[in-house]
Amino acid sequence: MPCARTRSRPRHADHDDRELLLSTIATITQFAASGEDGGFHPPSISEFFPTAIFFEDTIFEFNRIMLVRVVAAVVLIWLFVLAARRAKLVPGRGQNIAEMALDFVRVQIADEILGHNARKYLPMLTTIFFAILAFNITGVIPFLNIAGTSLFGLPVLLALWVYVVYLGSGMKKFGLVGFLKVSLFPAGVPWFLYVLITPIEILQVFVFRPVTLALRLTANMIAGHLLLVLCFSATNFFFVEATGALKAMGVVSLAAGFGFTLFEMLVAGLQAYVFTLLAAVYISMSIEEEH
Amino acid sequence: MTTLTAAGAILAASGSEEVEGINLFLPAGYDILWSAVVLIAIAWMFYKLVLPKFTEILDERTAKIEGGLSKAATMQAEADALLAEYKAQLTEARTEAARIREDARTEGAEIVAEARGKASEESARIFETAQRQIEAERQAAAISLRGDVGALATELASKIVGESLEDTARQSRVVDRFLDDLEASALTTAAKGK
Repeated sequence: MPCARTRSRPRHADHDDRELLLSTIATITQFAASGEDGGFHPPSISEFFPTAIFFEDTIFEFNRIMLVRVVAAVVLIWLFVLAARRAKLVPGRGQNIAEMALDFVRVQIADEILGHNARKYLPMLTTIFFAILAFNITGVIPFLNIAGTSLFGLPVLLALWVYVVYLGSGMKKFGLVGFLKVSLFPAGVPWFLYVLITPIEILQVFVFRPVTLALRLTANMIAGHLLLVLCFSATNFFFVEATGALKAMGVVSLAAGFGFTLFEMLVAGLQAYVFTLLAAVYISMSIEEEH
Repeated sequence: MTTLTAAGAILAASGSEEVEGINLFLPAGYDILWSAVVLIAIAWMFYKLVLPKFTEILDERTAKIEGGLSKAATMQAEADALLAEYKAQLTEARTEAARIREDARTEGAEIVAEARGKASEESARIFETAQRQIEAERQAAAISLRGDVGALATELASKIVGESLEDTARQSRVVDRFLDDLEASALTTAAKGK
């Protein structure tokens, strides 16, 4: 905790402290003892724009969320490199876990959706799944306490990657005209319905798919973070500021915070799965003859 | 989308913040940059290190399992072949034993038959020899008897001739004397034989 405090500037100390509350109940009493100004602080979107640590106002600006991302990436890479280094023909316990995780993407997503085309796209899907999972799960890890994917840049990049790959694969397979024909004029539909369907398909293929991919992920993570901050910030308020019977409400908000923490773990895995699954589905739609 | 509205509601409650809500969905340059850095690192790790390694191990494991299975199949086939061969040998041995037994039986029967034949032949030969001997004895007896009868007849005749043959009394006396002599000689012969 002290290291986190040195990272943030005094102006924003209250935000960071609020986040740190997620980690442990013990911090609550500590927070009270530190003698901050009273009152209930509702969560706000400035949570997602912490002050810079290095290179403020440049393109290299490095703040708390970037640090969380780097930490998550380093841990993820370290775990998998370790697993790969020690990988043997007869797996040990750690290797079994790594293989199960990799198999989940390979079998449940890639093979399931893409079939015989799966192998070509497997590295991409694996990267997407584990990157999102790692950046999502930081939202409930003490001291990190914010999802790396709750800032729009990362989901946008991932969605763009998927976008480029599914458009590129489709065009490579059918040619530009062929791909547009297959995607925008689905076979087996009476020609006059194309007036309705084609504009919708254009929006689908070129706008909605990537935008919804990125938005769904970011919105989920932002909402999850705000919910957690709300619960724990309210718990702090009830325990420290409130008097009498209201103090008991702290138990309720604390329980809610605990429940939402578990829920966020579920959401972290679910959103990674959904994003990767949809990426596979979009690629499959681009390269399959029939929709 | 409900999550978005929920987020929006919370954001609206804190409208006095200096950051505009729309900024949440307008990624800053540094956001994109650092996202790219971590994503490229993770992608590089999966593309170059982890997936090739695990693919190689999976393939190797598949090969090993397939190899093991085919080896097991080969061994099973070998065992089957061995069993078949053993069974064939057993059958052959049984046939052989039966054949040998049959041969022995036949041979035994042959030997018995041969022995029987030889025995009957032998007995026939012995019988024939005996008969032939008896015949020889009989002939020898007859010859000697004839000689004896001749001599006796000659002796009798000389005796008859030596005496005068005028009366019957004489005749009968001569004959009686001859017969007595004959009897006496037969008795002496018998006594000598004892």
